[in-house]
Amino acid sequence: MSTDAISGAEIVIKALADQGVDVVFGYPGGAVLPIYDALFKQNHIRHILVRHEQGAVHAAEGYARSTGKPGVVLVTSGPGATNAVTGLTDALLDSIPLVCLTGQVPTHLIGNDAFQECDTTGITRPCTKHNYLVKRVDDLEKTMHEAFYVATSGRPGPVVIDIPKDVQFASHDYQGKTNGHHKTYRPQVKADHARIEEAVELLMNAKKPVIYAGGGVINSGPAASQLLTDFVRMTNFPVTLTLMGLGAFPAQDPQFLGMLGMHGTYEANWAMHDCDVMLCLGARFDDRITGRVDAFAPNSKKIHIDIDPSSINKNVRVDLPIVADAAHAMEDLIKVWKSKHKKPSEAALAAWWKQIEEWRSKDCLAYDPEGETIKPQHAIKRLYELTKDRDPLITTEVGQHQMWAAQYFQFEKPNRWMTSGGLGTMGYGMPAAIGAQLAHPEKLVIDIAGEASILMNIQEMSTAVQYRLPVKVFVLNNQYMGMVRQWQELLHGSRYSESYSEALPDFLKLAEAYGWKGVRVTDPADLDAGIQEMIDHDGPVFCEIAVDQSENCYPMIPSGAAHNEMLLGPVQEGEEAIDEKGKVLV
Amino acid sequence: MAISGPSEKNAKQPGAAYEFISNTEDKRRHTFAVIVDNEPGVLARVIGLFSGRGYNIESLTVSTVTEDESTSRINIVTIGTAMVIEQIKAQLERLVPVHNVHDLTIEGPHVEKELALVKVKATDHQRRESLRIADIYKARVADTTLESFVFLIDGEAEKVDSFIEMMRALGEVEVARSGVVAISRGSTITPV
Ligand SMILES: Cc1cc2nc3c(=O)[nH]c(=O)nc-3n(C[C@H](O)[C@H](O)[C@H](O)COP(=O)(O)OP(=O)(O)OC[C@H]3O[C@@H](n4cnc5c(N)ncnc54)[C@H](O)[C@@H]3O)c2cc1C
Ligand SMILES: Cc1ncc(C[n+]2csc(CCOP(=O)(O)OP(=O)(O)O)c2C)c(N)n1
Ligand SMILES: [Mg+2]
Repeated sequence: MSTDAISGAEIVIKALADQGVDVVFGYPGGAVLPIYDALFKQNHIRHILVRHEQGAVHAAEGYARSTGKPGVVLVTSGPGATNAVTGLTDALLDSIPLVCLTGQVPTHLIGNDAFQECDTTGITRPCTKHNYLVKRVDDLEKTMHEAFYVATSGRPGPVVIDIPKDVQFASHDYQGKTNGHHKTYRPQVKADHARIEEAVELLMNAKKPVIYAGGGVINSGPAASQLLTDFVRMTNFPVTLTLMGLGAFPAQDPQFLGMLGMHGTYEANWAMHDCDVMLCLGARFDDRITGRVDAFAPNSKKIHIDIDPSSINKNVRVDLPIVADAAHAMEDLIKVWKSKHKKPSEAALAAWWKQIEEWRSKDCLAYDPEGETIKPQHAIKRLYELTKDRDPLITTEVGQHQMWAAQYFQFEKPNRWMTSGGLGTMGYGMPAAIGAQLAHPEKLVIDIAGEASILMNIQEMSTAVQYRLPVKVFVLNNQYMGMVRQWQELLHGSRYSESYSEALPDFLKLAEAYGWKGVRVTDPADLDAGIQEMIDHDGPVFCEIAVDQSENCYPMIPSGAAHNEMLLGPVQEGEEAIDEKGKVLV
Repeated sequence: MAISGPSEKNAKQPGAAYEFISNTEDKRRHTFAVIVDNEPGVLARVIGLFSGRGYNIESLTVSTVTEDESTSRINIVTIGTAMVIEQIKAQLERLVPVHNVHDLTIEGPHVEKELALVKVKATDHQRRESLRIADIYKARVADTTLESFVFLIDGEAEKVDSFIEMMRALGEVEVARSGVVAISRGSTITPV
């Protein structure tokens, strides 16, 4: 052992610093005390003490999604690790790069049902991209750097490193070699050129093209969004985005058709259904998108660009798979496109746009803003109008409010929108907002929430206070688990089984108890003033908007239905929007 | 827009958050060779992938195959539709400690063999009969007592199946099978 030997715990901290980590979200406990001790003795890395380990992981996700950097989590063994599992699964489904360090009982006790022991690598194997149990201090440094490489390269995802307490105490020297390349894990980032040529050929001959882009464009980095935007403008093709892709293309642009899928716009879903060539970029044909698979874009040739070969031909068979990073592929695609003299038929494209404008004229997101109560859609729309100049970061919980946020808030740039798409985790939004606010202290960060979801990680209000984070929580209180209520109305004969939000706390008093400012709006006339009061306050604000309890989220493609079997709201359809046959479909 | 109601295909679907479809596509048997780092947990990753995603495992064998014991080869026989088989390959390749994955069924001609130890309790004429059958199948005697034999048989899975079936007719049997090992024909060496 060289004289420069340091403890395993110090190796962990050095490796984090060498990886450029500035913030760690965590919660201490017996099995990580040596690492907490090492944290105490340095001042490069800031530790953010959450109030529940699930909150730590979501905060790290918010940090990661808003910066493009990996988020880092530190939790103890046993309950610390198991509390982190929901967050890890969330990050896996939404492809968020995370490194989560878990303490473990000393190696000689592993398997003995020791105090606060759990099989962390066993439990997290299916909910991480990869995980490690470091049994020897000799392997610790290499594992730390490799974990960052795995978490951030290819399709990003969460990586767990389980570190027994004796390994944290053991000493070893630190090399400082941050190059964590893996001997076998080398994701392909550059596309096969012949396929790019083929893709251009298909797109040149398209009469009814559509570009369907997703979270992979955000994962790839801001350059990918810019290249996508350039390509869309250069081709005059229509573009739609998934929930995870919002911000990858400017929402105000007339070529944007809005979000697609289950609660996507009429024009986006019809364009998907009727297109003849589809370019899918960094999206994964999720079941919220495809609806009935055999009726999904039935007459189209499909090009799919994705960095993960397992995303290709998983749900939908495509004609031209291209394994590549989104930015690299778009760069090549643009180059080849520009090199061609041929251009797509202008007449065909004009006819296609005419058709799209007809669909658009349905104005599928129109709602009736009048009435005694505040319409939830209107609350989001006003929030957007009153905050858009400040380029805010928006997180959400899960439910109707999340879908309305996706529909009525407009995102012009990537990394402004953080939502739990794949797992749909209620309780994601407030910790994610805390993580995003930490990374962007000067920005306005708002969690658009439901009154049920917000209670799932309500304890994180303390975290915001401790670190003086001026996050805003904007709760649409409809007194229901609205999304559940909507399904029960449409599908279970309006039997609202257990979906009423009974015995809610007085949110104003709750805000006060935590040291937040509280705002409550019940009268439509006070909506703008309430929102203004929230954004004007330099500190955390809990803003509760009492909204219409019976509002449903439309458009909606019932599960098992095709894109052209979409349900529209009362404004478009009259009161009897859904007939009996339609209900069976939901 | 009018709601067109459930289509023929999904007429029986109950209300649900997902589309219910029963896949009627043809299923095929495929043999994979998976080269992996010989590290703790790697087998659990492979098996967990199959159970977690609902793929079938017909047979699975694993052993180190390099001089330095740093890599192992896992042979897996599985059954699925074309799309599922393609997914299985992509999902296996995605595991970090996996070096490469070969779908031997697609890659070309290959040899598939299995080995079994079959204990049969037999006396009198059943004893002689079991030896005669073993001879036909080219099974060897690995152990014997006055009331029993242990035969060692190798070959294609069907041959092993049929040998075991014959022995069952003669007496009580106990079977230990290795599962399929497979390798491509020809002179090409699969890189590890
Ligand atoms: C209540 C609720 C309702 C929902 N309704 C809808 C809806 O109406 N519409 C909708 O769109 N979603 C909806 N969702 C979200 C949905 O469940 C999925 O999360 C979402 O559709 C997936 O988005 P995505 O296809 O962009 O994939 P992501 O999950 O973002 O996956 C990204 C894809 O890109 C690939 N990728 C990653 N990095 C790169 C890279 N660098 N280069 C290229 N490719 C890369 C990945 O391999 C993956 O295939 C809903 C969710 C909830 C909770
Ligand atoms: C952890 C978790 N449990 C259950 C669900 C199922 N679920 C989806 S939306 C929803 C209701 C959310 O209610 P609320 O937060 O009030 O939002 P609203 O739909 O009313 O806007 C529920 C229970 C979930 N997504 N996550
Ligand atoms: Mg609600």
